[in-house]
Amino acid sequence: MEKTIYGYVWRFSRQQQITMTLMSAASLPFLYLFYEVPKTIINEAIQGSGIEFPLNLGEKLTISVLGLDIPLLGPFDLMIDQVPYLFVLCVLFLVLVGVNQGFKYVINVYKGLTGERMLRRLRFELYSRVLRFPLPTFRKMSQGEIIPMITAEVEPLGGFIGDAFSLPAFQGGYLVTILSFLFMQDWRMAMAAVALYPLQLWLIPKLQRRVNLLGKERVARVRRLSDKISETVQSVQETHAHDTSNFVLTDFANQLFWIYGVRERIYRQKFVIKFLNNSIQQLGPFCFYSIGGYFVIQGELEIGTLIAAIAAHKDLAAPWKDLLTYYQMQSDASIKYDVVVSQFGPAGMRGPEYQMDEPDSLAPLTGELAATNLTLTDDQDVAVVDGVSLRLSLDKRYAIVGTGGSGREELTMLLARLLDPDNGNLSLGGNDAALLPEAVTGRRMAHVGASAFVFAGTIADNLFLGLKHRPLKAVEYSGEAAKQRAFYVDEARRSGNIDYDPDADWIDYAAAGVDDPATLRLAGLAALTRIGMNDEVYRFGLRGTIDPQDRPDLAAGILRARAGLRERMAGDPALLDLVEGFAAESYNLNASVGENLMFGNPVGGAFDVEHLAEHAYVLDVLEQVGLTEQFLSVGFQVASTMVELFADLPPDHELFQQFSFISADELPDIQALLHRSDRANLGVLPEEDRSLLMSLPFKLIPARHRLGLVDDDLQTKVLEARRYFAEHLPDDLQNAVEFFDMEKYNATANIQDNILFGKVAYGQAQAAERVGDLVSEVVDEFGLHETVAGVGLNFQVGIAGSRLSIAQRQKLAIARALLKRPDILILSEATTPLDSAGQALIMDALLAEFEGRCLIWSVQRASMAENFDEVLVMRQGRLMEMGSYGVLSQSNEHVKELLESE
Amino acid sequence: MSLNEEVELLRTIPMFANIEPSKLKLLAFTSERLTFQEGQDLCRQGDIGDAAYVVVEGTADVIIDLPDGGKLTVAQIGRNAFVGEMAILCEVPRTATITATAKLETLRISTELFFRLVKEFPSMAVEIMRDLARRQVASNDQLTEANQKLSAAEKRLQELEGGAS
Repeated sequence: MEKTIYGYVWRFSRQQQITMTLMSAASLPFLYLFYEVPKTIINEAIQGSGIEFPLNLGEKLTISVLGLDIPLLGPFDLMIDQVPYLFVLCVLFLVLVGVNQGFKYVINVYKGLTGERMLRRLRFELYSRVLRFPLPTFRKMSQGEIIPMITAEVEPLGGFIGDAFSLPAFQGGYLVTILSFLFMQDWRMAMAAVALYPLQLWLIPKLQRRVNLLGKERVARVRRLSDKISETVQSVQETHAHDTSNFVLTDFANQLFWIYGVRERIYRQKFVIKFLNNSIQQLGPFCFYSIGGYFVIQGELEIGTLIAAIAAHKDLAAPWKDLLTYYQMQSDASIKYDVVVSQFGPAGMRGPEYQMDEPDSLAPLTGELAATNLTLTDDQDVAVVDGVSLRLSLDKRYAIVGTGGSGREELTMLLARLLDPDNGNLSLGGNDAALLPEAVTGRRMAHVGASAFVFAGTIADNLFLGLKHRPLKAVEYSGEAAKQRAFYVDEARRSGNIDYDPDADWIDYAAAGVDDPATLRLAGLAALTRIGMNDEVYRFGLRGTIDPQDRPDLAAGILRARAGLRERMAGDPALLDLVEGFAAESYNLNASVGENLMFGNPVGGAFDVEHLAEHAYVLDVLEQVGLTEQFLSVGFQVASTMVELFADLPPDHELFQQFSFISADELPDIQALLHRSDRANLGVLPEEDRSLLMSLPFKLIPARHRLGLVDDDLQTKVLEARRYFAEHLPDDLQNAVEFFDMEKYNATANIQDNILFGKVAYGQAQAAERVGDLVSEVVDEFGLHETVAGVGLNFQVGIAGSRLSIAQRQKLAIARALLKRPDILILSEATTPLDSAGQALIMDALLAEFEGRCLIWSVQRASMAENFDEVLVMRQGRLMEMGSYGVLSQSNEHVKELLESE
Repeated sequence: MSLNEEVELLRTIPMFANIEPSKLKLLAFTSERLTFQEGQDLCRQGDIGDAAYVVVEGTADVIIDLPDGGKLTVAQIGRNAFVGEMAILCEVPRTATITATAKLETLRISTELFFRLVKEFPSMAVEIMRDLARRQVASNDQLTEANQKLSAAEKRLQELEGGAS
């Protein structure tokens, strides 16, 4: 990248900078006129000194530049009087105001856009460089440092870039304009006004340099701070586990102290500069008053000229100040640019072509993967991989065995071209692998490490990620969208960004051996099945939701399964005990009173189950069916029971949290409430007490709480309320609840609940397992297993896959690698987090799948190498021996040792 | 069955007989009402115990695995039986398997709840001690009986062997 920010700005925005400067220059004559006109208005139009009216306007509106008379509005003759003349000049003044502001607007917008585009370009450049960093760079440079550099640190550069050339040109021109105005008035006064500028020009940079150094230090410290924060987030578990919060906090406070210290020095010095600057600036008026005053008294200077000169000097102050601010800004920007850019060119960085090159055809790799004298050294110049030479045939399966630090992990990364060797060559099918672009190594090969990364998104997103190399099928846009897309492309090109369409179909179906999204999902499920993750994904699917509008077929299938389950239940009393189905006309004893009343799931927050009693419509429904009194009474009884049961317990007792309807904090209030009221008189309670009591019955689940309060009468009335609730639901609440309907898929519930369409009964032994089995049976019976698993592909895995177990993440990463059908699959202890059954399953599957293809697996235990075609033995970075497991396990002492130590 | 009925039921069990009703109510309310279908196991021999059960309704067999792999039904339990407390009291694995022989309704009392009750109500602890002691006596009796039978059998065997030789 360019060494200085000016170099960078000039290279990428030369044209814009020139345009801006030209626009600035073009605005100057109008600015000059803007200053000239008021003077003419006072001197000529108002005072009329030296003018004879009527005058010829055409002659008057002529400006004399370098001896040439240029008519402003073209040559014309119009004789006008003093008053019209005044108005003409005033209108001209108004026009000039408009013109000047117009210039300002256009220039500012242009400037802003130029700056933003350059900023976008810079950020993109930095980001794409991060992608080309050699991996070891990330051991020294953390994300905590990289993030602020690309985000916050370069942000002010955008503002500066817009100003880089145009501001000095414009403000300089402005200054020169005013100065020339001054010189034309009186050269001595003008000299006096600028007499101290040289002093400023000498002194300020000297001081500024010290501020710059401090600025550099500040940037570095803030970066360290952000690094610290990101480390804290990652290490928070350790911090708690060892009670090191105070140590961490102190360290942070220490960092803040140093930043404060730097800031303090910056402020002091910066304001010293300002102080000197302003003081020197004020020396100007001093000169005017003293020297100018002297000349006026001596009669050598007109008082009017002196006043005009003082006014002009005041005008000078603004651009001069702007220029000095610009100077400080550019120092700041230069530092930031230096500091950032110097970090983004580590040694060994790969070229952009390595990322961007797209070979014409991607033939499957054949022949050999050969390495000669492959050497990799670490930071301390210790050879981690030491002169490894090998020839691997692309139709065999190899295991690499060795101890943890034997260099086998690094070897796999060298072979996968993730690391560049410090020495030696790697050739792939006869080609120098160092010259192959990522398009070849990343598509024909796959590497899965011991802790593969899973991205936030769905399982499908992660699974198909390895197929997204380039947009393959463009989206057809039309109308407004097409315009938007054209705009997008144009802007991307203007800022040197990649102009691919993020919404295009990026998936390389052919690479996965399928034709379309539907078959790809099947292939994905098949890959997950091979590595033993299908059951997990199926369960995710059961807990997943679908939009029946998007998947009418699936919704219909699930409704059939629901009906099928009902039939089964009708024929088997044991099932009836296990699941209590929803029915519009009967009360569900395993659902809460609130659920029974609403008979549907809330959509959005209007009918929040916890706060049903606060909803005006719900209260109205209760009133209409005459339930209010009964609810109050039941609430009273619930409250009494709770007080009776829990009053003696300490407030933090877990029984409270688990079972009580009332939180420990509320208990004293409830006790007081019960004291001051009696059951017969609940109607007269104050509003607050009433609503508290009213809220309690909603939570009652008869089958669970067994308080005997939800009797037949109450059930009948709640059913009545249920009908009333649905019938009279106001229009604005129509979408706030999705009712249970036997014939309709409920989009708010997950698939399992949609199939069950009821509540799992309380108090049945092993209910969860039995219901799980039951649902699975029904799902299989109706041929929905695959489809439900397909829904499981839409499971959101959370940030960095945090909602998956480590084993699941590894399995997902392996399936992702399988899906692109690589010629060479390289694994580095990729199954370590799995249990031994899971490991064996994957190993068998991969060995079978890669029969006749190339599989290179760095295994954590030597015995796992048994079924591979050949075994590579690594020790202390060197390749000791290569041969069959049968031979090596008998003859190689190191292998014997490894096997014995297991 | 409502809470109050459950409380009445609990009171008929000697161990809980002397506990004041409000506490029994808490016990009933916080314990889980759990139904087992015929053939389902309340607990399995060797499992870690996490709860004791009061049988509200139904019957079950108490079965012990024999060293030779066979199974021996050592008792039948029914309404009011309190089972499973041994494993949680002594923190030993379940000493027997209990299988429902008909639809079995129970109250499941978790370990914590059980210990809370024992701590708060010494009378309950005494009842448990009594119960255990009674069982010990019963076991001793059975053991004596078994020993007598065994020695009688051995004697008989010797006689037979003696007669044969």
